[in-house]
Amino acid sequence: MSTGQLIGNGIAAFLTLCIFSFLYKDNPFYKFAERLVAGVATGYFTMLLFWTNFIPKVWEPLYERHEIIYIIPTILGIIMWTRFSKKWAWVSRYSIAFYIGIGSGVAVTLALYTYLFKQLQATIAFPISMDVAGINQLLVVVAVLASLIYFFFSTPHKGAFGVASKLGIYVIMIGFGAGFGLTVMGRIALLVNRVIFLKGYLIALFGG
Amino acid sequence: MNIFEKIMKVDRRWVYLAIGLAVSIPAVYELVATYILKKENTTINIPITPSPEVKKVYDFVESMKPGEHLFICVDYDPSSMAELNPMTTAIVNQAFAKDIKIIFVTLSQFGPGLVEQITSSLAAAHNKVRGEDYAFLGYRPYPAITILAMGVDFRVPFPEDYYGTPLDSLPIMDGIKNFNNLKGVIELTSGNTADFWITYGNGRYGFPLALGITGVMSANYYQYLSSDQLLGIIPGVKGAAEYEELVGFPGDGKAQMAYQVIAHAVILVFIIISNIAFFGTRKRKGGMEGGAQ
Repeated sequence: MSTGQLIGNGIAAFLTLCIFSFLYKDNPFYKFAERLVAGVATGYFTMLLFWTNFIPKVWEPLYERHEIIYIIPTILGIIMWTRFSKKWAWVSRYSIAFYIGIGSGVAVTLALYTYLFKQLQATIAFPISMDVAGINQLLVVVAVLASLIYFFFSTPHKGAFGVASKLGIYVIMIGFGAGFGLTVMGRIALLVNRVIFLKGYLIALFGG
Repeated sequence: MNIFEKIMKVDRRWVYLAIGLAVSIPAVYELVATYILKKENTTINIPITPSPEVKKVYDFVESMKPGEHLFICVDYDPSSMAELNPMTTAIVNQAFAKDIKIIFVTLSQFGPGLVEQITSSLAAAHNKVRGEDYAFLGYRPYPAITILAMGVDFRVPFPEDYYGTPLDSLPIMDGIKNFNNLKGVIELTSGNTADFWITYGNGRYGFPLALGITGVMSANYYQYLSSDQLLGIIPGVKGAAEYEELVGFPGDGKAQMAYQVIAHAVILVFIIISNIAFFGTRKRKGGMEGGAQ
């Protein structure tokens, strides 16, 4: 590891420890690291948007290639800034209406197809068989119906309906449990990554 | 205050400390074994069995012929590197080893740096040339609009690649207009761009789509496997380790598994202890209330 890398990784190791110090209690080191992340991220994102979007999508078409059609999205973008004025804020609604109108028109049909029709199709189109796949699909159907019944409040949850509702809450809890386990794994992965980084830094500093 | 009540009121910082120490055990072991005991190969290997959903992604890439195009979307930021970088690295290693051409795009504002980091190191290792063997088209905001525009022509949202070269000047883009000219898309994400790819990508254009996602997200996307909207899923660091096992490339995913096993064991112990304490205190309170009656 070169001296430059060693210094860079040293700063990274210091900032990692600054962030971890919050686990004990809030302190100036944590605040410094937190605000540094926010500041660097904001500056980076602003410049990225400027060079990869404003320049090729606004400046070059309008001022270099004289493609006048680009004036429309540019004006729609500019009037979004009227949100800062109470008097003129209403003008920005045209941009928002334009964006939401297009978004809704495109999204509604695709969302219905993706989230409803395809999922319904996959749920009900199960093979009538007693092999593992058939039993699994049958379980899916039963679990979906039981979960739906749990959230159906127009009928008292008594008798067979109550049993199905009870099954529904168990299905939901199993789902939450799986989600929790994977969430723990994800959070531990972040910690492990930092521990491995610190180990590598120590080796580079003293051992390598 | 009995033992159960004491456990229920323990300062949570002791739990943080215990987890921190538990996660440090493999690191300390490796340091001690390497530098004090002078042992070789001190990495703790955890046996890994690839799951079907991960193997489907691997098989899909494996079924591609040299020269065919794979689209990889790197939609995560440094805060998710721990989970997603290992799987990205494993997939790119597999694809480059098979001479598959890769087109990278990112819909995450912090993605460009990650793509450059991955491509620069792996392209050098596999002797791959930018523009010929792989291309990085860059970053665009608004994922839905960008995906829909790419479905028409990659040149609409990306007239130039990230480095300012017109797409028509890149040899890798010869004959590549939109998703119809690719074998498939692998989306590596830590956010809701997965939904955009499922809805506006697979839903609108019907191309084969696989996801590499963080563990937190995994439970929300398995239903798309059974509906064939996804060809496979690589869930979290466990999925990354499985993919590395399949590729035969031991990377950060497998390295993390020993740490994960110890941390999970400690968390399980905490869950059992806290549940015993919880029911113990509840029983005691119930008994006291019963006595009062």
